[in-house]
Amino acid sequence: MAARQAHNRGVMPTVALFVPCYVDQLYPQVAVATLRLLERHGCRVVFPPEQTCCGQPMANAGQAADAAPLARAFLDTFAGYDHVVAPSGSCVAMVRHQYPGLAPDHPALQQVRASTYELCEYLHDVLGVRRVEGRFAAKVGLHRSCHGQRELRLASGSERQVPPFDKVKTLLSTLEGITLVEPSRTDECCGFGGTFAATEEAVSCLMGKDRLDDHARAGAEVITGVDMSCLMHLDGLARRERRPVRILHVAEVLLGEAA
Amino acid sequence: MSAPSDAAVAAGAGAPPPVHHPGGRQAGPYPGHPAAAARFTADVARAHWHDESLWFVRVKRDRAAAQLPAWERLRELAEQIKAHALANLAGYLEEFERNATARGATVHWARDAADHNRIVHELLSARGVTRVVKSKSMLTEECGLNPYLEARGVEVVDTDLGERIVQFRGEPPSHIVLPAIHIKKEEIGALFHEKLGTAAGASDPKYLTEAARGHLREKFLAAQAGITGVNFAVADTGAVVVCTNEGNADMGTALPPLHIACMGLEKLVPRAEDLGVFLRLLARSATGQPVTTYSTHFLGPKPGGELHLVLVDNGRSALLARDPFRRALSCIRCGACMNTCPVFRRSGGYSYGTTVPGPIGSVLGPAQGPGAHATLPFASTLCGSCADVCPVRIDLHHQLLAWRRELVAGGHAPAGKTLALRVTAWIFASPWRFAAAGRLARAALRLLPRGLVARLSGAWGRQRELPAPPAESFRDLYRRTHGRP
Repeated sequence: MAARQAHNRGVMPTVALFVPCYVDQLYPQVAVATLRLLERHGCRVVFPPEQTCCGQPMANAGQAADAAPLARAFLDTFAGYDHVVAPSGSCVAMVRHQYPGLAPDHPALQQVRASTYELCEYLHDVLGVRRVEGRFAAKVGLHRSCHGQRELRLASGSERQVPPFDKVKTLLSTLEGITLVEPSRTDECCGFGGTFAATEEAVSCLMGKDRLDDHARAGAEVITGVDMSCLMHLDGLARRERRPVRILHVAEVLLGEAA
Repeated sequence: MSAPSDAAVAAGAGAPPPVHHPGGRQAGPYPGHPAAAARFTADVARAHWHDESLWFVRVKRDRAAAQLPAWERLRELAEQIKAHALANLAGYLEEFERNATARGATVHWARDAADHNRIVHELLSARGVTRVVKSKSMLTEECGLNPYLEARGVEVVDTDLGERIVQFRGEPPSHIVLPAIHIKKEEIGALFHEKLGTAAGASDPKYLTEAARGHLREKFLAAQAGITGVNFAVADTGAVVVCTNEGNADMGTALPPLHIACMGLEKLVPRAEDLGVFLRLLARSATGQPVTTYSTHFLGPKPGGELHLVLVDNGRSALLARDPFRRALSCIRCGACMNTCPVFRRSGGYSYGTTVPGPIGSVLGPAQGPGAHATLPFASTLCGSCADVCPVRIDLHHQLLAWRRELVAGGHAPAGKTLALRVTAWIFASPWRFAAAGRLARAALRLLPRGLVARLSGAWGRQRELPAPPAESFRDLYRRTHGRP
């Protein structure tokens, strides 16, 4: 792997930070936490300012013609970096699985696809991190966002009969003081679903409240996950009902309170 | 939303006016999935009860699957066998017809639902049959066989307990394996009190089942013909295999001289030994049982009887020609995608407005008519759980996404949403426009009164707060702290 080879040669990999559009505008602290976490693990991190959106909202609505120019612009922006890392499973799944259909002839397609990672996947698989320094003294429930779960296989999943693994949980569990609590349904969807959140508002909100209830029954004081979009939906529901739960991106939790 | 005046039309001429049951099918024209789902979820307690009932089945499925070390290998095999059978379907259909005919069965070919219904009715009327018992068959639901025969003076009694319950209520099945999963036992008690004279207020499942058993026994004894569906048709033996838990297919075909088995073209498997893959997957996926209680191989007619097999296309060969949707023809109708779907569990089977609901129904529905079923591929968060439970590994959520592209290209998506996303894409196409629009939106969120923001945020804001907007975007913060690269 490129990163490991770079390490062996004593050269730190250059990571291009891919910040999902809504994280850039609404959750800058998540991007900051991602940047600091990567730097703490020895990466040289840059933020290419030409980036905007990967095009997933359009692609998932079936508007391939509107998504394709954004896919090509993304590939232009991120071509050539050692690695591209994003605090999002969903946006990475978009690049990895939908770009071949949207920008099949782009010269950087395969290079960018092969070097783009979700943050925890990158720490776990590429940097080989098995222990995260830091302290986070709280009862934490992990919301396993679907695209990270089933498109990127960040965990084995409740449906498949394969040897169990869970990359995000593995990283979180090494934080000092953390207590991970499990909801009864370990990887059920929160109901965000992009435009689904608006077009199917009734089902979307019921699904989200059910997730919040399940985590509450498990005793979670904090709910975390790899995708801020799911968490934005859960946080919006929780704040409307004044539920006593904090919603934090996994980068914020992994950074720890003793950072 | 509902239009009761249309109810009589919807229910068919001569039918009694429909009674509205809680959680039941609504009268009036189908309003699309979002509105139908909103109606079902409005009764939150009932939606949760429905969700929990189906989740219980999903968990049973997980336990059953975990007991087979080769589970994932079996799924791969099943996928490959089905892909092979579909790629060579014409040859296997001919082989099946030869072998079934050699065993004394008569094979009929039906191009569409009308053909199917006509063939079945002609078989019945030529023999003077007016009393028919039928075991579970989603194909006959798809073709509308019951109302067709009833309009021609034939009594059709559905003998699967769940199907008999929905038939009493004048409803179609709400789930392909658990047809009455949307009905509570107390409601069944009231229904049976009215239809079968059970004690008022009785809701003990055993008592109600005994009553249904007595009632159905009379129907079995009086029937002049039995109609069944088909789970698998085996090319190399000419057998049709019918799986039930209640033995009702066996009861319905054992006494009458005439057995009519109705099947879609896609039910073919090449070899009898392939059943060693599919029978292990089917019941575990459907209900978490190791195997269905009865898996009956019908090899030709019984002595002195007749066996007629009606093979129905009804759009299947057209779907077979369409990539990627042909994979949906691999479906073995286990219902696992419905049990795992977090939307289906909360919105109910009737919210799909199709014979086969849920994720697989949302792939099959638009193939039957994209305009009428345009909301179904969007009635999903694309969470992908359906694809991971599917015993034949249909990439259901990717198929839903492919349908979204087809629907948009065909002009079947809401114009307002398409335009809004097109404008958003235009903003995203320029980092400058994106940054400026972001600044504007964040400022508006900060400055406008909270109540106004909630109203402007529309469907988002009815039950959810918007994020508290930060003063500075990450890109602005990064430029301030790191300078221009």
